[in-house]
Amino acid sequence: MNAALTIAKREIRTYFNSPIAYIVLTVFLLLAGYLFFGSLFIERQAELRSYFNLMPLLLAFIVPAMAMRLISEEKGSGSLEMLITMPVRDWQVIVGKFLAGMALLATLVGLTLLYGVTVMAVGPLDKGPAIGGYLGILLMGGAYMAIGVMASTFTRNQIVAFIIGFAISFALYLFYRLLPFTPESIRPVLAYLSVESHFEGISRGIIDSRDIVYYLSVMVVSLVIATVTLESRKWR
Amino acid sequence: MPELMIQVENLTKVYGATRAVDDVTFNVRKGEVLGFLGPNGAGKSTTMKMLTCYLAPSGGRAKVAGFDVFDDSLEVRKHLGYLPEDTPLYKDMTVLEYLQFAAAMRGMAADRSEKRIKEIGGRCGLHDVAGKLIGELSRGYRQRAGLAQAMLDDPDILILDEPTSGLDPNQIVEIRKLIKEVGQEKTVILSTHILPEVQATCSRILIISSGKLVADGTPDDLRAREKGCRYRLLVEANGTTQDAIKTRLGSIKGVSRCETTLGEDGAYAFTLDAAADEDLRKILFRAAVENKWTLLELHRESASLETVFRNLTTKEEVKS
Repeated sequence: MNAALTIAKREIRTYFNSPIAYIVLTVFLLLAGYLFFGSLFIERQAELRSYFNLMPLLLAFIVPAMAMRLISEEKGSGSLEMLITMPVRDWQVIVGKFLAGMALLATLVGLTLLYGVTVMAVGPLDKGPAIGGYLGILLMGGAYMAIGVMASTFTRNQIVAFIIGFAISFALYLFYRLLPFTPESIRPVLAYLSVESHFEGISRGIIDSRDIVYYLSVMVVSLVIATVTLESRKWR
Repeated sequence: MPELMIQVENLTKVYGATRAVDDVTFNVRKGEVLGFLGPNGAGKSTTMKMLTCYLAPSGGRAKVAGFDVFDDSLEVRKHLGYLPEDTPLYKDMTVLEYLQFAAAMRGMAADRSEKRIKEIGGRCGLHDVAGKLIGELSRGYRQRAGLAQAMLDDPDILILDEPTSGLDPNQIVEIRKLIKEVGQEKTVILSTHILPEVQATCSRILIISSGKLVADGTPDDLRAREKGCRYRLLVEANGTTQDAIKTRLGSIKGVSRCETTLGEDGAYAFTLDAAADEDLRKILFRAAVENKWTLLELHRESASLETVFRNLTTKEEVKS
């Protein structure tokens, strides 16, 4: 685990030593701020719902951008060879990279706690949905991040990694939107696979273990596939 | 610690239809500096990648420090320092940060890592650039940083893929000296296609060509394999024509080939190839005296490693 944390630490430093982190933060805060303050000033509603409601879509776009470089950049530059010939297990590399991505995501979400504070200043804050919403964002973001890390192990090209990560994340998001147009028989399956259906409950303040299990499963499955992909160089 | 630090048996790596490494077997003892020699694309790097557990062998087995590279890869990597080709370091870190990162990855205790970084940094001449970003370093310094990283945890085995490529002559001399020093107590494998390099640093040479091991021995062993030696003469003709001298030299018993090369003012230069079992220098001297040529230079040399290398590696290509 130590090796994973060492990798995570290095990765976080790289994020904040380069423009990536700041670009992603700016874009995200601009969009989220527009959505949040729009409802605050125009609709005169002191609540976070409109901010949370757009998170499944917004994160499906932002998170793959944060994750795309994690493995593919090292594959491209060759430094991956240096990294995995050190005494480190392949899963530690993947987990370290994932944790670094999560640290960036947490920073980003942490900055939007300010919206909660703003709401509290102008009216009573509904605590349940607020706590649930922020937790939901981290869980959903974690699922997207794991998918992004997985996509990043597939290729040495960061743009390709982004497109793969975004396509998978967006598909999981879209399942929910497509429900009305799908046959009755596969509807429960699609609803279960959809990222958004699980987010809905949490962002209303209902923390259901089934939703948490769903997000954790997506993370575990994606990270396992990522590890296997990294190990595939050793297949005979 | 086993005396045999690296044991390779019938190691094979297949990429699709090509056999990048084909049934290679060799051992490396402790304290040996092994030079891995071969033309570009011969399979040197692939072999090293298998020894460092980056790639898995398609066939055969390899043991490093007594551990199998496939089954015990973590143990193998703990005993190993590796410098890949082209030194792919993280460009956004300073040299010091990078070495600290490498020490943490290897699980070195804080006080030991600080001591080792100082020591190795000094030996590799990195003190002046410790605070500089690796991306801003010259090729030579980057190479040294990579070497420092490989030696950081005082590994029993060092595997260096073209450690001196891209360095200037002074840096090459320094790095070779460093490798020789390290090689006295450790085991070093280095790959190169620069021949003087192996002669200067290695106690043993493996020559690999299109994936196959074609020679294994000390530099002297390998030179001895190539029969025949070469004489260089510089002769002042004193009235004789160049062709006459050439005919006379060519007729000496044992000379297989006589060629004129670029001479000096008023003097002709010749190169003779002959069998190595008899020293022709006396005969050549007498021939010169008899014919009243003035012998300005006479030099005998045994086959160079270059000849050995060229013969071994080109023969293979023709066969395959």
